Amino acid sequence: MSTPIVVEQLTKRFGSFEAVRDVSFTAPRGAITALLGPSGSGKSTVLRMIAGLETPNEGRIWLGDVELTPKSVQERRVGFVFQHYALFRHMTVRQNVEFGLAVRKQSKSDRMARVDELLELVHLTHFAKRYPDQLSGGQRQRVALARALAPRPEVLLLDEPFGALDAKVRQDLRRWLDELHRELGVTSLLVTHDQEEALELANQVVVMHEGAVEQVGSPGEIYDDPTTPFVAGFVGSANVLHGVVEGGHVHLGALRVPGAEHLTEGAAATAYVRPHDVRISPKGSNGHDPDGTARALGRVERISSLGWLARLTIRLDGGGEHTLVAHVPQNELDGATEGDLVSVDLRNPKAFDHGEARAEE
Amino acid sequence: MRTPSLIPDASLPGGGRRRLVRGGIVTACILYVGVLLLLPLVGIIYTALEPGLAKIWETFSLPDVRHAFYLTGVITVVTIAVTTFFGVITAWVLVRQRFPGKSLLNAVVDLPFALSPVTVGLAAVILFGAGGWLEPFFQARGIQIIFALPSMVLVTIFICIPFTIREVVPVLEEIGKDEEDAARTLGASIMQTWRKVTMPNIRWGLLYGIALTTARAIGEIGAVLIVSGLIKGQTETATLFIFTAIEERLYAEAYIVALTLAAVSIVLLITIETARHRIEGRKVRT
Repeated sequence: MSTPIVVEQLTKRFGSFEAVRDVSFTAPRGAITALLGPSGSGKSTVLRMIAGLETPNEGRIWLGDVELTPKSVQERRVGFVFQHYALFRHMTVRQNVEFGLAVRKQSKSDRMARVDELLELVHLTHFAKRYPDQLSGGQRQRVALARALAPRPEVLLLDEPFGALDAKVRQDLRRWLDELHRELGVTSLLVTHDQEEALELANQVVVMHEGAVEQVGSPGEIYDDPTTPFVAGFVGSANVLHGVVEGGHVHLGALRVPGAEHLTEGAAATAYVRPHDVRISPKGSNGHDPDGTARALGRVERISSLGWLARLTIRLDGGGEHTLVAHVPQNELDGATEGDLVSVDLRNPKAFDHGEARAEE
Repeated sequence: MRTPSLIPDASLPGGGRRRLVRGGIVTACILYVGVLLLLPLVGIIYTALEPGLAKIWETFSLPDVRHAFYLTGVITVVTIAVTTFFGVITAWVLVRQRFPGKSLLNAVVDLPFALSPVTVGLAAVILFGAGGWLEPFFQARGIQIIFALPSMVLVTIFICIPFTIREVVPVLEEIGKDEEDAARTLGASIMQTWRKVTMPNIRWGLLYGIALTTARAIGEIGAVLIVSGLIKGQTETATLFIFTAIEERLYAEAYIVALTLAAVSIVLLITIETARHRIEGRKVRT
């Protein structure tokens, strides 16, 4: 049935430009793997190479223990869903879904049964006789998915499948795809630049940047334990703090950020701190934590409400130009208002040395 | 129902003069198109039909006339076949493939638009005529190119090359590559993809190109005149028949043949307009 996708050291050059550089990962059997990265990171090119729509310069691709690399597109039996649907505009919904069965010369009765089954699955039974331009974007993408699934592909490749849809439809379709995947269990590879989409849908996330893999891990690992400055800055929002390493801390002005024990003393470093990891307390408690971390003082410049959370912009005292963004539960504000001096405490900072951190700027 | 207009209501003060100006422009356009385009057509229709149906019947019975139409038909059919086949392939290559020299190929395709047909005819004479570069090759094999059908077909194809390509290229660009890619991932071979996806998508653009090619092939005279040698009953196309008939003061015959060509052109014009509506209609819908 379902098989894992194994990608080994893929490299793709367009002229002198290296679009994909030495990319390796495994998309586990029956799971959704997200290829996450900004535009131009090479993630779509990787997907197209797996489908056979682009030819890699180096590297190999496997479906389970079958090597795909020497096979043509039509022999690969992958389902592909395009960002702009790519429905055959001169065919009805039924003919679109039937296409992959018709070119494989299946009997008419088998085809009819399979198409009916898929139209049911994507809730489009009543739209079978419509043409693509008589459907909404969400409906079109459901047709595209049914069409890709019809020939029972071993893997499903989705190239920014929700990218052309508006926010509300995107949310609905995402939830629906999640349910569908639980039902079918087909190995899926989803290309997206939307981290929320990747973190919500995927069992495994491959973060790509400038043609190379930055980190592979579960959504939790990617979010909580970024291993590169790029991942720390790209996935989720983060305060980016530039300072100098002193005694295992990153120093900027009065602020000492822990977690820099692995960095060279005196080196320039950057620490990433998520807004919900910034905690504030009233000015009076400006002391030392048990672990010796000095808290810094900052002035609250602005407070805006995000429902149960408050978003604070804090300018650090003596920290030069540094401002922090903090997300604090409303009930932990302790009556702080704009203009107040508060003491700031940073949790779970991720420090990288400056050379590394520069790479993504 | 009144439709909103950019031109101010004529009943308002000052509108009277504007209406006069507008009326003047419209009248000028109608006169321009009417006098320059329609009057000659009316002239041909009147003159051709004036001698009566017996004369028309008589003209179409002339062996020279019949042969002239036959020749025009053969040249046009071969030209359509060649320019459609290679035109679609060339258009596809120009849009979908990356290769060195692509922009040069793109520019060269338009060459026949820029060249006078007479120049094209002369070029054919240089290649295939007495003492021409390729003459010894064909002479040795007993194949007559110049002053015969092959050269007439060749120059007509040359002149008609751009039409199909120029109509199909924008359609291919507009539909993009995704549908072809989708067909391939669904297991279609290159030929199946071409037949079931690419061709249906470009058919109206292609039809438009073929209609333009047909009109041009039927009406071509300059290049064909140079390479044909004007051998009566042998290398005389319909347009060349008109040309010689006028010199021989066979006016009635010339008008009747001309009217027939005009009638074909009008059918083509309707085809072209229909095709264009279909192409543009789809652009609006998607």
